[in-house]
Amino acid sequence: MSAPEPVSALKAGSMLVRRDLRLALRRPGEWLQPLVFFLVVTTLFPLATNPELSRLRDMAPAALWVAALLSSLLALELLFREDGQDGTLEQLAVSGLPLAWLLLAKTCVHWLLTGLPLVLVAPLAATALGAPYASIPGVLAALLLGSVALSLIGAVGAGLTLGLRRGGVLLALLVLPLAVPVLIFGARATALAIALEPMAAPMYLLAAIAVLSATLAPLAAAAAVRISLE
Amino acid sequence: MTHWLSMGGYWPYLWPSYLLTLLVVVLNIFFARRSLREARAEVRRRLQMQRSET
Amino acid sequence: MNWVWFHKLGSPPHFYRLAGKMLPWFAWPALLLCVGGTYGGLVLAPADYQQGDGFRILYVHAPAAWLSVMVYSAMAVYAAVGLIWRINVAHALAASCAAIGASFTVVALVTGSLWGRPMWGTYWEWDPRLTSELVLLFLYLGYMGLRSAIDDTARADRASAVLAIVGAVNVPIIHYSVTWWNSLHQAPSVMKFGKPTMPASMLIPLLMMLLGFTLYFVAIMLVRARGEVLRRERNAHWIAAAAEET
Repeated sequence: MSAPEPVSALKAGSMLVRRDLRLALRRPGEWLQPLVFFLVVTTLFPLATNPELSRLRDMAPAALWVAALLSSLLALELLFREDGQDGTLEQLAVSGLPLAWLLLAKTCVHWLLTGLPLVLVAPLAATALGAPYASIPGVLAALLLGSVALSLIGAVGAGLTLGLRRGGVLLALLVLPLAVPVLIFGARATALAIALEPMAAPMYLLAAIAVLSATLAPLAAAAAVRISLE
Repeated sequence: MTHWLSMGGYWPYLWPSYLLTLLVVVLNIFFARRSLREARAEVRRRLQMQRSET
Repeated sequence: MNWVWFHKLGSPPHFYRLAGKMLPWFAWPALLLCVGGTYGGLVLAPADYQQGDGFRILYVHAPAAWLSVMVYSAMAVYAAVGLIWRINVAHALAASCAAIGASFTVVALVTGSLWGRPMWGTYWEWDPRLTSELVLLFLYLGYMGLRSAIDDTARADRASAVLAIVGAVNVPIIHYSVTWWNSLHQAPSVMKFGKPTMPASMLIPLLMMLLGFTLYFVAIMLVRARGEVLRRERNAHWIAAAAEET
């Protein structure tokens, strides 16, 4: 059998993206669960307190972000599990291609399937919690940046806990402290949006974190995955 | 003496703080030494097993 | 620059011996400084103008808070050295830091809370420093949790090293975000203690306590590290002699 021709990192990345998307769409149910979880958790907040919309509005940023954070933690299970078990991750690690880049590609797909749906459903949840219609673009923007950052940071935790039994709770414990800045700036941006006030300041900070995560997190995740595969 | 112990009325906050710190200081010493003892004991056990195997 | 000493430190038997010999040089000064500092703080220092005798909690709170942050930094540095240069002794040192760092973070939180109670009326306020300490505690617990979840020591060392480094990079970001968040809501922050205006009689015991606790940490770390080094040297010949000591 002849040796396969060498492939550029860019091409490999796009092949990986297409493969992951195809595999995920074979089992859509699995990927819808984080979304449903997000909606369920958002529903819990009014049930736990006061259904009055004016009161809920104060709580809306907190409820949306806690629900998004928890949902993204659950979704992280799906990032490396299959490929870790069937040896694909190992293949990627020894392929000679930059692992950080390949993991970034995987994280992008993961975000498209778990983070983006959340963002698209957020207007529904936000309105249900009393947010005014005019605030929706702002709410969307904040959750968009925040969910990207959460997926990237979560990838590092997922790499570290690869294959560990009861890794789910440990994953949450590892990722949540690291997610605190995202939560603080994101919730603040959302609160300003709902109050129909200018939200530029926290958004810049949130964007800075997202960019920082996009550059550094894949490197840390690659190191973590290599360590876990040894 | 009682005047000093009462610490201007702040004694219920001050003395528990100091006592907790002292407790943690002592516990760290205890557990560190125990950890070293156990490591040594484990090495001795393993070496004994190796000797008895050969 | 002669790097031989650095390579020798990385040699487990050498480190084991050296740590044993250095221990008294850290332990005894630590004891003297802490006893002296405690006496100075509780007896010699005058009562504060605003806070009366209550401010004396500073003499245990400040060292605990200092330790919580300094130990995490040390842990991250050892972890990085261990990861980059693959030195087991460095991993052993990192592992030795976690318990003491976490326990003093708890002390910092409790003493901070007890200090706050008479000052601002409640046991807990989401003051930026205390909140940052709380997140730092979670970082320590995550580190310890990851270590204990991985059976293989080598993998545990390297995975927790990555986590420590990622955590260390995040600590300034977390602290900044918590301070930023807190400033929005103008929650009371009593921890601003006028350090530049502290008279010598107040300052000297504080410095003694800070230094004393630092030396104490090194002493504890050395004791633990010797055990950790033994555990990582499965089949080396030198551990037979080391194990016979008691």
